[in-house]
Amino acid sequence: MTTPYLTTSDAPPRWSVRRQLASASRWLTTPLMPDDYLGLLNPLWSAEELRGRVEAVHPETADAATLVIRPSRNWVPHRPGQWVRIGIDIEGIRHWRAYSLSSAPQRPDGCVTITVKAVPDGLVSRHLVRRTAPGTIVGLTRPEGEFVLPEPPPPRLLFLTAGSGITPVMAMLHSLLTGGAAGGEGAGGGGAVSLQSEKHREMPDVVLVHSAPMPEDVIFGEELRGLAARLPNLRLYERHTRAGGRLKPTDLPALCPDWADRAAWACGPTEMLDEVAAHWAGRSDRLHVEHFRPAVSAAGGEGGRVRFTKSGREVDADGGTPLLTVGEDAGVLMPSGCRVGICFGCVGRLSSGQVCDLRTGQVHGEEGDLVQTCVSAAAGPVDIEL
Amino acid sequence: MSTTAVLFPADVEDFGRELDKIRDEVIGSLGEQDAKYIRGVIAMQRRLELGGRALLFASWLPPVWVAGTAALATAKILENMEIGHNVLHGQWDWMRDPKIHSMTWEWDFASPADQWKHSHNYIHHTWTNVLGKDRDIGYSAMRVSPEQRWYPIYLAQPLYNVLLALFFEYGIAVYDVELERIPTGEKSPKEALSQLRAIAGKVRRQIIKDYVAFPLVAGPCFLPVLLGNLTANLARNVWAHTIIFCGHFPEGAEVFTEDQLEDETRGDWYVRQLLGSCNIDGGPLLHLMSGNLSHQIEHHLFPDLPSNRYAEIAPRIRALCERFGLPYTSGSLTRQTRSVWKRILRLALPGPPTTPAG
Repeated sequence: MTTPYLTTSDAPPRWSVRRQLASASRWLTTPLMPDDYLGLLNPLWSAEELRGRVEAVHPETADAATLVIRPSRNWVPHRPGQWVRIGIDIEGIRHWRAYSLSSAPQRPDGCVTITVKAVPDGLVSRHLVRRTAPGTIVGLTRPEGEFVLPEPPPPRLLFLTAGSGITPVMAMLHSLLTGGAAGGEGAGGGGAVSLQSEKHREMPDVVLVHSAPMPEDVIFGEELRGLAARLPNLRLYERHTRAGGRLKPTDLPALCPDWADRAAWACGPTEMLDEVAAHWAGRSDRLHVEHFRPAVSAAGGEGGRVRFTKSGREVDADGGTPLLTVGEDAGVLMPSGCRVGICFGCVGRLSSGQVCDLRTGQVHGEEGDLVQTCVSAAAGPVDIEL
Repeated sequence: MSTTAVLFPADVEDFGRELDKIRDEVIGSLGEQDAKYIRGVIAMQRRLELGGRALLFASWLPPVWVAGTAALATAKILENMEIGHNVLHGQWDWMRDPKIHSMTWEWDFASPADQWKHSHNYIHHTWTNVLGKDRDIGYSAMRVSPEQRWYPIYLAQPLYNVLLALFFEYGIAVYDVELERIPTGEKSPKEALSQLRAIAGKVRRQIIKDYVAFPLVAGPCFLPVLLGNLTANLARNVWAHTIIFCGHFPEGAEVFTEDQLEDETRGDWYVRQLLGSCNIDGGPLLHLMSGNLSHQIEHHLFPDLPSNRYAEIAPRIRALCERFGLPYTSGSLTRQTRSVWKRILRLALPGPPTTPAG
């Protein structure tokens, strides 16, 4: 069977011999792929599709858990700070969401972890935290994202995190701890060899300022406190906002006098990141931010007839519903990811019409534009190549 | 046979609303169990196929040949009917699994999935049993309704039908190209040619797989494997032909004229689907092996509902038909098959005279 958007480029070149074998064996499996039969034995023996098996689920706080996932053989190690999309079946329906990887690359057991906070109305996050059993097979995509450490890492770093914003930073900390910021390919000649040679590099000077409502809400709280106690190069400031109020960037000089001289990574809610960005104005080259959930405004376009040209499906959409939802409800195989306009896992090429960006209310779009279907609604009739 | 039941328009719409309600209920309750069902059937079908082919490698022993061939034939039937046909209808699209989706599925049948989706899902399911619209009436080669004009060529139709049964997948693939529409200019020769090329490409791969690659891999068992594969393909063809002919052509299935389509409402459409379809009575095994086309009525009313749900709604549909005084045609496989053949033999000859449908 042909495989759509997720898969074709997922296997790195080192599998090419295997790929040639697979292509020869297609003569025995047509119209299916050898994968379709191999998957009966082990779903992770896939050359075409990235998958993972949940090996364990460790509770972190009352509403957060770390999922230990064993990726299939064609996995490419990530760079700490990157995210993946996870596809999970809930009530028989596959849902895709983006999560930061919280593990350092190349764990000895070959697994990766994501750490998920269950949000009150979050279908997927609640399922992952509360109802996912070891043995569950999930879909994966290749790691993505530019919220990563440079190679070599700078000597002095500042991390500003809040809530589940700690997860990509945890991957970075782990990797700084083991002496290698690099992970997969494309990270300055990363991979196993360079990791070995950098093993003994000293850990840089790190300040981590993390906010959470209460001490018990701090994801990785115990581990972080333990690390900070053990490592002279790691200073941890916890801000418990229920008692102490929200951290303002103006509080920063008191906590970290040399904040302006440090390379900074910030990850958390939009309001916090906006404030941080304003505070770093003029020094933005030293600041890296990762958004988790921007606000999607309720305002929308005028709606219209939407044609999904590759699928041959057509449906009327209102001006407030993202094209992603419109397509999914019409039975179109929509690629998707974070669903909040960040990961670009859902883009489709516009062949005619215009869309309304649900975050800003701006109507835009020209033929050939790649639009993010998760935050775009129809503004009049739309043809999209999906 | 066009004894179209007379219903007041208001009743037709009530009937339609009741059906819509059943449909909504089923859609609202789709979930993990359904997903498990189709994944289970697919896994079973693939294991059966692997098992059948493995047995055929040891097929110098006649009982092993029989077992291997039977397993392979069963796997091919499941693949075409309960899996392929239904996945291509989009019955499982709601799962959003790219591996089990009408957009990506390709099947072990000569007709490429795209062409099939057009001719079957669109033409046949929209214009079911409408003379001059539904090309599936007699597959453009046979006279299966007295309303079709008789030509001497129909004298040979019992023979065609045997040939069509044996080579069903090829017959259907070529039939889907609608060659008869080229002379009338409704279809460009270029389009037909590109469709034929796609079929040829697919058929080539299938033939290489079943009649070259697997026999070669079997080495000394070359011939028994080839014959086993051939037998499995023929058995699948005959079975598919039998089930599909039982769906629309036994006594009781009605045909319609194009003018009956005028101002057709959703309720009318439902009634036409009901009157044009026939069920086959039987147990769960028959339902599975027929791809649940034994519930042809339910399938035609709701072509995109998952097939595992037809059995559960069938008694409700039957009760609804009783309430509205509409016929619900069903019979055993032998009775329906006999009825189909009787009709094909009878209509090979001219007549009988018909009264215009009204």
